[in-house]
Formats: sequence, C-alpha cells, structure tokens
Amino acid sequence: MGSVFRSEEMCLVQLFLQSGSAYDCISELGEMGLVEFRDLNPSVNSFQRRFVSEIKRCEEMERILGYLLREIRKANIAVPEDDEICPVAPPPKHVLEIMEQLQRLEVELSEVARNKEKLQRNLLELTEYTHMLRITRTFVHSRSRNKALGPQYEEFQSIESDSAGCTGMQRLGAKLGFVSGLIHRVKVEAFERMLWRVCKGYTILSYAELGESLADLDTGEISTNVVFLISFWGDQIGQKVQKICDCYHCHLYPHPENDEERADVMDSLRTRIQDLNNVLHRTEEYLRQVLQKASESAFTWVVQVKKMKAIYHILNLCSFDVTNKCLIAEVWCPVNDLTNLRGALEEGSRKGDATVPSFVNRIPSNDTPPTLLRTNKFTSGFQSIVEAYGVGDYREVSPAPYTIITFPFLFAVMFGDLGHGMVMACFALWMVLTEKSHKRKRSDNEIWTMFFEGRYIILMMGLFSVYTGLIYNDCFSKSLNIFGSGWSVRAMFTDQQWTNETLQTNTLLILDPNVSGVFVGPYPFGIDPIWNMAVNRLSFLNSYKMKMSVIIGVMHMSFGVVLSVFNHLHFKQRFNIYLLFLPELLFLLCLFGYLVFMIIYKWLAFGARDSRLAPSILIHFINMFLMQGGDNTPLYPGQTGLQVFLVVVALLCVPVLLIGKPVYLYWLHRGGKSLRLRRGYERVRRVSEDDMSQAPAYADDEEEGFDDLMTSRDTQPKEVKTATVHTSHINI
Amino acid sequence: MRLLFLLLKLFPKPDMAALSFVIPMSVMTLFWGIIGGVVPWFIPKGPNRGVIVTMLVLTAVCCYLFWLIAILAQLNPLFGPSLKNDTIWYMYYHWP
Repeated sequence: MGSVFRSEEMCLVQLFLQSGSAYDCISELGEMGLVEFRDLNPSVNSFQRRFVSEIKRCEEMERILGYLLREIRKANIAVPEDDEICPVAPPPKHVLEIMEQLQRLEVELSEVARNKEKLQRNLLELTEYTHMLRITRTFVHSRSRNKALGPQYEEFQSIESDSAGCTGMQRLGAKLGFVSGLIHRVKVEAFERMLWRVCKGYTILSYAELGESLADLDTGEISTNVVFLISFWGDQIGQKVQKICDCYHCHLYPHPENDEERADVMDSLRTRIQDLNNVLHRTEEYLRQVLQKASESAFTWVVQVKKMKAIYHILNLCSFDVTNKCLIAEVWCPVNDLTNLRGALEEGSRKGDATVPSFVNRIPSNDTPPTLLRTNKFTSGFQSIVEAYGVGDYREVSPAPYTIITFPFLFAVMFGDLGHGMVMACFALWMVLTEKSHKRKRSDNEIWTMFFEGRYIILMMGLFSVYTGLIYNDCFSKSLNIFGSGWSVRAMFTDQQWTNETLQTNTLLILDPNVSGVFVGPYPFGIDPIWNMAVNRLSFLNSYKMKMSVIIGVMHMSFGVVLSVFNHLHFKQRFNIYLLFLPELLFLLCLFGYLVFMIIYKWLAFGARDSRLAPSILIHFINMFLMQGGDNTPLYPGQTGLQVFLVVVALLCVPVLLIGKPVYLYWLHRGGKSLRLRRGYERVRRVSEDDMSQAPAYADDEEEGFDDLMTSRDTQPKEVKTATVHTSHINI
Repeated sequence: MRLLFLLLKLFPKPDMAALSFVIPMSVMTLFWGIIGGVVPWFIPKGPNRGVIVTMLVLTAVCCYLFWLIAILAQLNPLFGPSLKNDTIWYMYYHWP
C-alpha cells in the first residue's frame, strides 16, 4: 500500500448539504470517519453560532447521564456485555423523547435517594435509642449485676425501685434529673473532665462503650460510641449539662422514669425498627430496579448524546448560503475515498428524506493539505511515537514503517537480556491475546492503559530483546554455553606455561591467545561464555559495545539521510540533492563512515600476535582532526594521506551545506540563467520559472530577501553536525 | 564461499579459527538472506504487504549486522580473559 510510505493525497472538496438532511449526512460521514472539516465561520464567537441551543441541550443531557452513571456504579450494577454495538446518533425527533425520559429518571432517582436517606437517619436514631436504653438499664441495676461497667459510683438505687419513697434528696427539695445519650469514643475523656470542672462535682457520669460501631450518616465513617448517663440535681446544673452536651455533639434521648416505662419504650422501639427496616429494604429494592432498567439504555444514550453533540459542532463550522436552504461545508478528503464520500452523502440524503440530494464539488486549493496516514491497531502505536517528535508535512516520506523495527531493535540493544526479554514478551503476548476483553472493560487506571495501548510495541521490544540477549549471552545476567567456548584453559597447562604451582601462587591469571590452542575460534553465536567468569570482562565488553554503537548509529543516520532523497525527488527539487543530500552524506561518511571502517579494519587486521602494536583508534581519530600524526603506528600504509583527503572533503561540505541552497535560490530569483540585472526583460521569464519551485515558501514573493532564504535553511546542517559529533563523543 | 576464503587469506589468522568462522558465517548469511531477500516475495498482496516486507527486510539487516559485529569483535582477540585461580582449576577438570 503506497500510503504507508508517504502520506495520502488529499483534495479540497465542497459539500452542498440540504438543510433538512444535513444532520443525517454528517452523521453518515462521522460514522465512516473520512473527512476533516474546515471552519468556515472563524470570526463568529462560539456563543453566537447557529446551533448553540442544541449543543446546550446535549450538555444538559450529558449532565443527567453523568449523575445516572454515578448512581448505577454506586449500586454495583454490571455494565451490559454487548458493547460491540455502536449506536448511531439519533435523529432530532427522537432527541426530545430521550430528553424527557432522562429528566423523569433524574427526578425519580433524586426523590428516592432523599427518602432513603431520611429513613436511614431515622433508623440510626432508633437504634441508638435502643442501645442507650439497654445500657443505662445496666447502670441502674449495676449493683445487682455485679459487673464493673466503668467508674463505680454510689448509686441512688432506691429512687428507681421505690415509687412512693422519698429520699433525703427529695426532702431537700432538689429534683434529680437524668440526661442520657451517646457520644463519640474519642470525646469521652474531655467530656468527663469538662463536666467535672463546670458542675463542680454535682453531676455523676456513668458511661459504657457500645459493643457495635455505627456508621455516622453525615460523614459516613464508622465510629465507636459510648453510652452515658448523667445524673444531676438542680435546674441550673441541668441547663449547664445540656449546653455541654450540645457542645460535644452528643445524641441525647429521653431517659425513662422507671423500669416499666423503659420496657414499654423498648418494645415500641423494636417494632418501629422492624417496620423501618422493611420500608428501607423495599426502597432499596425499588431504587435498584429503577437503576437496572436505566442501565440497559444509559450506556447507549451516552454514546448517542456524544455523537449528537459532535454533529452539532460540525454543523456550526458550516456556512449557510444566500438562499438559507443549503449548508456549505469545506472538507479535506483523501482522493481515494471520493467515491465513499459520495456514497455517504447519498445515504444521508436518503435517511433524511431530502427532496434534493446533497452533492460534492472538488475545488483546487493552494493551501497545504493535512497529513493523513492510515494505521491499523498494530501500526498505530508506532505512528504515535513518531508523531511525538512531530507530524510530517503533506506527502513527505513517513518514517513510521521503519520505526516499527528500528525502535524496538534499538531498545533491545540497550536491554539485551534473554530471560527478562522473554518475560516482557510473554506479558505483551498475554495482553495481545486478551485484547478484546480488555478493550471492553475500559479501565480507569492510567498506568495500565498506557501499557495496554503499547502492547504491540512491548511485544516487539521483548522479541528483539530475546535475540540481543542471545547475542550478548546474557540470561538473567548469566551466560549460556550452547556451542562450547572458544577459549581453552587446558591449553595453558600444556607446554609448561602453567603448573599447579602457578595456580597456588597467583590469584588471577590471564589467558594468552598467543599460546597455541588457547583460542580455538570465535564463539559462533554471540559473546563467548567465558567472559562471564572473567575479571576483566568489562574491558572487553565495553570496547565491543562502544564500537557496536558507533557502527549501528552511523548506519542508522546514513539510512535517515538517504530517505531524504525520496522527498527531494517527489517534490521535484533536484537541486536539493546536490546542495543538501550530497554534502550531508559526504560529511557523515567521510568522518564517521571512516571511523567505522577503521573499527572493522582493526578487528580484522590486528590479532594476538601484534597486540602490542595495535594502535588506539580514538587517538588516530583525534589526530586526524588535528592533522597531527607520526607518534602512532599507522593502521595501514597511506593512512595519513587518505585522512587528510577525507578531512578536506568534509570541511568543504560545510559551507555548501550552510549557504549553498540560499545562494542558489537567490540566484534563481534574481536572474535565472545569468547574473545580469536587466529587470524588464527578466520579469517575464521569472514568472514561468516560478512554477518550477512548488515549495510554498518561495512561490509568491518575487523580491525574496536573502536573509529569509538563509534563515529557512540554517537549522538542518547544524543539527546533523551536532548529532554526529555528539554520538561519536558518547561512543568514544 | 570461495570469495570468503580469498578474503580470509588477506588477513593473518590461525587455520583452526578459519573453519570455525566460515561455517557460522555462511549459515547466518544464508538464514538472514532468506528472511530478508526470499520471504518478501511470498507475502500475499494485500493492504499490509508494504509494511510486512519493510519489517522483514529491516529485521534481517539489523539482526544480521548485530550478529556480524559480535563475531568480528571476537575474531582476533588482543587479550584473553583474566580468571581467578579456582575458576581455572574448575575449568581445567570440567571444560573440554
């Protein structure tokens, strides 16, 4: 498919939509996802557009739906399974129905929720009252029960049991009062202390902890409560006690005078609680029923309302023509999809029962069309990585198909572990195989969504890591010995090189490849497993890995530079090939390509025999730039001459890169073939010459400033140069 | 294969190493050559053919290059591994 290589060809199209069927046509276009609309009313405020009231209606519906969905989630009702069906946006006549239903549901739900809350509050009060009665009974009869329930006070036990009796207190004329209720566990000590200080010991407080914890309706937390009973005498003390209880947010309940009253109250409370529980139960069932019924259609409504809102937004972008009967829209459409576009409009006109069908009209345009690159579920991840660096221009070569392999490969070069790579690949494979069910669930967890969206990327990275792990011979940081190592220790013991005595006297010994039989041959696949056990493992590995990075980096950069040729050829700017591509490539290859050559040459030409004479490539490279030499042994005969030549060529490329193209374009605009300044005659010729350069920056202006040309060109060669120098510095 | 032998004659190397270099070299070149050069012709025509062919060729080039660098770096080692004496003692008895 050609459209993977570069972005698709687009054309500007005018759509003439009849007002009646405009909604349906755009709905059809939206379902197919073909076109990009241009805003034909850019100067109009968003509050003054045509379809603002419809959009307001949609947002109101979205609000109600949001409330509905929250309630459904709170009640833990399951999402309907068949999420594959994507509903189409409803026609305007159905919208009012949906709106009415939603409003009715909202009113009903809020009423039921309010009632339920009231009932629950009532139930809580009654339950607390029951507990309080039960526990204060034990206070009053504490003597007979023999239980230690908090601080022991002397009880006035005769007051309760003796209905006709008068105690010493009553003879004094003081009236004994009781205040009872519940208070939070954490406040009890402060409450007690406050009572003692304020009432100066004229009150008696008994309290006991409530066994079960009750949920506080206002805050929703579960807290332990303590039942208390305050006995006091005197009215003023009573008022003070009341105020203190208010201050500590206690729930107060009337204390019964005697046992029979207590028993009566408890009975009535029990029946009331039972009734309340029944009613609550029924209410909850009813609420659940309503939500269940709503959940069947709520999710489709959400999608439908969203689509409707989108359609009205698009309709706002169109403009009405003079007769006010026809909507005009300007869209960018891929050339390959023009027939689909026509089909969609016909379908929309048919659905909207239009008398006059809508039609399309292709118009020429000088604007740069948008870049369209079609992706499937596999390539979309890589495309988004590429777009993170920037979206390409119209019809430029797209780097995405190469990124599918190079990105995971470069990751694997850095990761390089067989065991961990397999774990990664298995995880990604599991995500890929179960992707349908994960897509339906649509989790809220951001980290999981990130991993899931990149499942194909992770799979590729894992697979390549397995390969590079095999080459680095690294499996959970241990080496595998599949083919047999190329280094032989036994050979060092023959020829009397080593003996048992050498082993005993030296802790570290180095194998010498010059001794025959020690080095049998290179390990056929990857790094030799003996290096895993060597102490100087990093000396070898570092040198290997840095050289490898240089080679891979230079090849990758050259590949990128070569890709630009396709752009130059496509946009018919052949001069770019000579003024941009060639100098870039020459600069890159003369310096860093030569470095790669030196690396490979040193690997092939220098062995163990002449290891003492093997020169350092780094020193050679630096000397090449400084044009010094002579201290180091040359790698090969004629090296200095070749290096001087390469440096000169590279240095000559730099001015060509910097000012070659601006000078050439300036020269073009000034006179074409010659440098004469005969203005009159040349204006005619210049017009025809302008057709040659299609790049929009240069097309219109005749008096092209030299500085404009310079600034438009300058960034690229600097980037290439800094990139190459940076890479080589890191690697060396 | 013959070209390889000629190329090898240019550089000084022990003979045993030459053989153990030639066999993996030819096997890997053949393997990645088939994946990168032959399999693309057999991919059926469809909307994804371009992507799949690009992927195959790039994979072949990258993986072959990576393996080649690994084996070239070890072809003529300038120094050997430095081992502890108990490792050497173990390897003397247990490694071939």
